[in-house]
Amino acid sequence: MKKYDTKKVNFKVFRYNKETDRLPHYESYSFSVAQDEVILDILNKIKWEKDGSFSYRRSCRHGICGSCAIKVNNKPVLSCKERVFDLIDIFGYELVLEPQDIKQAIKDMVVDKERFWNKYSNVKPYIVGEIEAHPKLEYIISAQESDKLDEADYCIQCGNCFYACPSVQVNGDYIGPAAFVKAFRFNMDVRDNAKKERLDIVNQEGSGVWDCVKCYECAEACPKELSPIDKITKLHNQIFENNMAKDNVATRHAVGFKDSIKKHGFLDEGELVRYSEGNVGVLKHVPEAIHMFKNGKLIMPWQMPKSEKLDEIDKLIKISSTVKFK
Amino acid sequence: MENLKYAFFVGCTPKQSTPELMQSTLAIAQAFNIELVELVEATCCGASHMQDYDDFLSLVLNARNICYAEKRGLTIVTVCNTCQLNLATAKHRLDNDEKLRDRVNAKLKEVGLEYKGTSEIKHFLYALIDDFGIDAIASKVKNPLKDLYIAPFYGCHNIRPHEVHGSSNGNEDPYRPTSLDRLIVALGGHSVEYGHKNKCCGFHVELQAPKTANRISGSAMLDAIDNNADTMVTPCPLCHLRLDVQQKNISKEMGEDISIPILHMPQMVGLALGISPEKLGIKHNIAKIDFIK
Repeated sequence: MKKYDTKKVNFKVFRYNKETDRLPHYESYSFSVAQDEVILDILNKIKWEKDGSFSYRRSCRHGICGSCAIKVNNKPVLSCKERVFDLIDIFGYELVLEPQDIKQAIKDMVVDKERFWNKYSNVKPYIVGEIEAHPKLEYIISAQESDKLDEADYCIQCGNCFYACPSVQVNGDYIGPAAFVKAFRFNMDVRDNAKKERLDIVNQEGSGVWDCVKCYECAEACPKELSPIDKITKLHNQIFENNMAKDNVATRHAVGFKDSIKKHGFLDEGELVRYSEGNVGVLKHVPEAIHMFKNGKLIMPWQMPKSEKLDEIDKLIKISSTVKFK
Repeated sequence: MENLKYAFFVGCTPKQSTPELMQSTLAIAQAFNIELVELVEATCCGASHMQDYDDFLSLVLNARNICYAEKRGLTIVTVCNTCQLNLATAKHRLDNDEKLRDRVNAKLKEVGLEYKGTSEIKHFLYALIDDFGIDAIASKVKNPLKDLYIAPFYGCHNIRPHEVHGSSNGNEDPYRPTSLDRLIVALGGHSVEYGHKNKCCGFHVELQAPKTANRISGSAMLDAIDNNADTMVTPCPLCHLRLDVQQKNISKEMGEDISIPILHMPQMVGLALGISPEKLGIKHNIAKIDFIK
């Protein structure tokens, strides 16, 4: 019989009790870990064998309730799904276990998810429609209609994408990837009548989709592999398709690429900034522009590089464009 | 070893706001006898913004870009993480969705092109490390960067999402990338370990949300400085435009003076190879490269 493989691992664990501790500290626990054990097994071992006061959320143990999400060496994981051996392959034999956001820690691995849920409830995460209070039958939608939800329905609200998002970390207003996935999910539902209201919410400057930094942290963090950023792109598309794009710096920034590619093939960087900001807004960039000019980092309009085959590019843009900006 | 030859997807910044990236890329390619054939027909990749407006158009234009490398039978080399992401994403989508590929090819046919999926897409960093080889690089070092503590800043779009890059970035783990660290060590330098090495610089919201952008890059730079970095190095010109050009605005937002030299990856390699600062375009860097005598 094949020998059961085990490895000795040191776990450095974030410990903190908001009610009694002034500062958090890290406690080390060593275990011999078997090849099929997941992080949740380790959390259980700490509580059952080392310290009964150790706290963490857990429920289904099957990757569907979203309770047990934490970070290991800064990688967001679902504890019940993440094999320790896979983490050893990436990080070696010392693993640091931390709550999703140490600034929001209440006790050990448990965080206060109030902010997460507030953003979530902001986007009307339910069907708005004329549905009878006591229907006799279910309201069934077809498989094709359900496909359009684009697996967004599988989100388990674990919060991994939200707590991995850098824009969330520095901007308290930002709605964040999890709630955007929800907004997309209900906007694609044929039974729903609140699409424009939801688009209005996610279209706001400072809190909406325009503040996505495009880092793809959410795509990596999602244990259900839903790629929240792809849903964010689709919300951008819906905003344009529904003629709801406001004429502002963010929308012009997205649109400006097409004009520039048509004209030069390349992006005219200076012109994109002027077009996006407008003739007045662009003035705030003058100090850095002077700096760049002095260092030879700005070219003059007549020096603008051009791609070969501009006619071909122009034709392709004409026949392939699917959206008009009004 | 036969000399390496690639289709060079230059992108927009090397010919405009980061001439030093163009100069240093060409200088080290020459030193390593790597032939870079410029894709003169290529357009801008859309910089991960165009798809927000018109996803299909952005896909068609990137498919066209790849067609011209396929025609030449060459692997594409990019020098910008975002170009890399957009081209690699287009390839990933087209190679995995026949219906989509047919729709795109129907458009390309009208200009006499066809996307086949035969060219790989690689950032120059991985062409150097995986194709040219880390030992071959180390053997060419004339001025080891032995007194320098260098903080590698990987930039998002070379490492995430991992399934799009796959083997073309050596299957780099997005939570523990090692390529730049290994390159620094091969050049004789010390690579600085810090938490923000695989984090975002905020470039893509610089216009619409400058506060967010400045806070994000400020946190990364402070982390590098707190860990005793003499300089940061990045393979991405967009990260470079943020970290190098915006230091004054970042300092203002963070409420403290943040200044640190920022090198492009090929500038760092060039310095170790003994190539002159002039040929590496060092005069274009805004934060002074204070360790060059």
